[in-house]
Amino acid sequence: MAIEEAGGLGLGPVGKLGMTPQPMSRESIEKKPRIRDADAVVASVCPYCAVGCSQLVYVKDRRVIDIEGNPDSPINEGTLCPKGASTYRYLVNPNRLTSVRYRAPHADHWEERPLEWALDRIAKLIKQTRDATFVEQTPEGKLANQTTAIATLGGATMDIEENYLIKKLFSGGLGIVSIENQARI
Amino acid sequence: MGSNMAENHPVGFRWPMKAKERGATIIHVDPRFSRTSAAANLYVPIRSGSDIAFLGGLINYVLSRDLWFKDYVLAYTNASSIINDQFVDAEDNGGVFSGYDPKSHTYDNATWAYAGAPKHRPARDETLQDPRCVMQILTRHYARYTPEMVEQVCGTPKELFLQVAEVLVKNSGRERTSAICYAVGWTQQSYGAQIIRAAGILQLLLGNMGRPGGGIMALRGHASIQGSTDVPTLFDLLPGYLPHPAVFKGDDTLETYMRESAVRGGYWSNLPKFMVSLLKAWYGEAATKDNEYGYQWIPKLTGDHSHVSTSAAMADGQVQGFIVFGQNPANGSPHAGLQRKALTQLDWLVAVDLYETETAAFWYAAPEGWNPKDIKTEVFLLPTAGPAEKDGTFTNTQRLLQFHDKAVDPPGDARSDLWLVYQLGRRLKELYRDSTRPQDQGLLNLTWDYLPERPDPRWHIKDEPSAETVLKEINGFTVADRKLLPEFAALKDDGSTACGVWIYSGVYPEEGKNMARRRVKGDGWVSPEWGFSWPGNRRMLYNRASADPQGKPWSERKKYIWWDAAQDKWTGFDRPDFPETKAPDTPPKPDGVGVDLHSGSDPFTLKADGRGWLFAPSGLKDGPLPTHYEPLESPVSNLLYSRQDSPVAKRFTRKDNPISPPGDPEYPYVVTTYRVTEQYTSGAMSRWIGWLSELMPEMFAEISPELAQEKGIKNMDWIVVSSPRNRIECRALVTRRMRPFRHNGGVIHEVGLPYHWGYKGLVTGAMANDLVPLSEEPNVYIQEDKAFKCNIYKGRLR
Repeated sequence: MAIEEAGGLGLGPVGKLGMTPQPMSRESIEKKPRIRDADAVVASVCPYCAVGCSQLVYVKDRRVIDIEGNPDSPINEGTLCPKGASTYRYLVNPNRLTSVRYRAPHADHWEERPLEWALDRIAKLIKQTRDATFVEQTPEGKLANQTTAIATLGGATMDIEENYLIKKLFSGGLGIVSIENQARI
Repeated sequence: MGSNMAENHPVGFRWPMKAKERGATIIHVDPRFSRTSAAANLYVPIRSGSDIAFLGGLINYVLSRDLWFKDYVLAYTNASSIINDQFVDAEDNGGVFSGYDPKSHTYDNATWAYAGAPKHRPARDETLQDPRCVMQILTRHYARYTPEMVEQVCGTPKELFLQVAEVLVKNSGRERTSAICYAVGWTQQSYGAQIIRAAGILQLLLGNMGRPGGGIMALRGHASIQGSTDVPTLFDLLPGYLPHPAVFKGDDTLETYMRESAVRGGYWSNLPKFMVSLLKAWYGEAATKDNEYGYQWIPKLTGDHSHVSTSAAMADGQVQGFIVFGQNPANGSPHAGLQRKALTQLDWLVAVDLYETETAAFWYAAPEGWNPKDIKTEVFLLPTAGPAEKDGTFTNTQRLLQFHDKAVDPPGDARSDLWLVYQLGRRLKELYRDSTRPQDQGLLNLTWDYLPERPDPRWHIKDEPSAETVLKEINGFTVADRKLLPEFAALKDDGSTACGVWIYSGVYPEEGKNMARRRVKGDGWVSPEWGFSWPGNRRMLYNRASADPQGKPWSERKKYIWWDAAQDKWTGFDRPDFPETKAPDTPPKPDGVGVDLHSGSDPFTLKADGRGWLFAPSGLKDGPLPTHYEPLESPVSNLLYSRQDSPVAKRFTRKDNPISPPGDPEYPYVVTTYRVTEQYTSGAMSRWIGWLSELMPEMFAEISPELAQEKGIKNMDWIVVSSPRNRIECRALVTRRMRPFRHNGGVIHEVGLPYHWGYKGLVTGAMANDLVPLSEEPNVYIQEDKAFKCNIYKGRLR
């Protein structure tokens, strides 16, 4: 029965007219797409170029098992390019960083450090540098309220919400002026 | 032009291919024959850096043969406006416009302004005969940009150029429209904004703006690079294209800053509402009328703080701390060797990424071979989350906001950038808690409440800020009751509304209604219910121009928005980008403000005069009309003007940034850089992936068989590519896709270099950006890496 179905290829009368059932191994018959067992499908957007292809993220047991193009999208209609089709491997990859790496001044190696420790240390360094370099007034007596001794540079595959908080904190909060992005490049 | 769409936006390129199946003609104008050229009907070679000469040639073709769309141009552009009689065109002044100060390399644009008063109501000559009207100036400016000149300057055979002109004209007008697509092939030149302007002039003359199938499409290269421009992590902007306050602009007080709104006119007259609402969003209750809504807590610019300028300052030891989110200047930024040196001068560096980048690893892995013991920089490498591991919004290249849902937690200690910035903000507020210094009050007053009331039980990270809460602040709300605003028309300048990014207002118009999360494809071809397009879900800007001055579509075939007299409003397939009940025959109010100064047939509402600008009386630092210059580093002299290159582009004259002059035998070849489908930018998002690394494993240089023969190089040979800044080695890819150009009787060779490789990742290789000079286009501060110079020889570095 299964062999007959496979041989017919679901082509209806045409398939039956033009083809005879082909022998298939049990392994071939029992093959199934890995996304069939997904327990959740979540809509996402491709992180590479700016076309904005919609993706479907297939999740099983709280792990991503595949990422494919979303057929509902008027932009990509289910298709993805080689990079977009590799998004799964961008996320699920043994080379990914999963802990903080720290390199002390003049050291020749990385050390693993706790996340909380790193954030505390970075916050202190920001304060220290800002306090030492903050300029309230230009030599002409104009209000500047800035520091040019700290700079930030962001990639352009980050969310608008993230960009918003970066600008708000580093500019509106700390007075850093060199806040830049891939969009400049 | 300036884009290899098939290669770099493959899925977007499906649509031009579909149009081709239906009879559209695709033309690819590019220095290299690429995947896009192969799919086009017509491939047209052009020497890198000569785009303005080519587009100027098309403008001249349209004007000199009287092929422009008269009804459109007369009604919708500033063709009839009269320009100040002090204006001197570059044609009459060796390639330099009036107002130039050679000492500071800047223009004073006072003489480029419209004649007549008041400011935003220029004197006009509807007959276009006045020698000082825009149409006459434009015609004279491009008179020498003939097909013969295009052939001489661009190396484009005259017959091919004429074919492009004929196809464009044939496919423009009432019944047909043509679109121009570009990418960084244009923007990464020392006159990038002017190239785009030239395309704008051409499209206005042909009546292709604000109409379906027309326009100029910026093919941007990154998932939310439009988003990081709109919500700018850019030094010279505040959210929604508000100018960043600057000492040198005299923005001493909120009131003086607001003068900008009067200067800009048009819809920008509402700028005070956007600015006060932004300050209310940032500083909450602490922003009051008495303290200028906290305006002084925003730092004031004191110069050029762009990435390239900051890199130069960093290399000189003037920057102590550097935070890099998902970015990789050590091989992705111009003059990458200088970028790496700059990192050694820092006290501390924070790199945030999913993988170890060249930037994070500079201290032990850079090709300079430094001893780590000699490098003082304290380095933090923080693991971050990918898009499926967090909620958030991307803005794509067509201004479309699309929300992506969190599917899983990120692994281990990896956190979203939102989490990192939010937690850093909390810590800094704590560190400064007891400060009474004025300079710290901005931080202390910054509204910073983004944790959800209850953490989502599905995730193990319990202190993740809510992206939707941030998006609601971006949308805006009324201060008194925190009710979400329906759109930016509701913004006020009295402190009663708060709004983080005015152009995005409407994305979250009421509780539970995230428009960026809508995923309804719909039956039509506009798909207005898929995501949210700014401003106000308009899918096409300036779409009033899709109808004629009386409000009727220019043709049935090209109808999009029209005036519905029965309902007394604009209607159509898209939301009108125009006051919705302003009738086509509405006269301008001579004493009105903003868009009230426009008539019902002035479609370009952001412009002071409501018209499309053939001539730009303000807004650009390098001239009111695009003019051909050579790149800052070019093998040849400018054939059109005695002025060789842009008078106002920024050169970084310093010992470690030498530039080779024209005719220099040491560096005779043009070099251009680009990307390939299978890799991504500096490689941080692709060279750690086995699939992509196998598809495109190795750095190469594309050269023509003619150049290869001249230099004794065979396909796959190792070669050294050198520029005045640095030298790299890679394999030669000898291909007919590269071809020599004729220039003024001589031959110019071009070398093509992809720039995806570096010293980390599964596959490594030389970095093309090591060769690029530091430079800045004067309006947008972008480096010129699409046209500079090199030499090549067979062999290896060591």
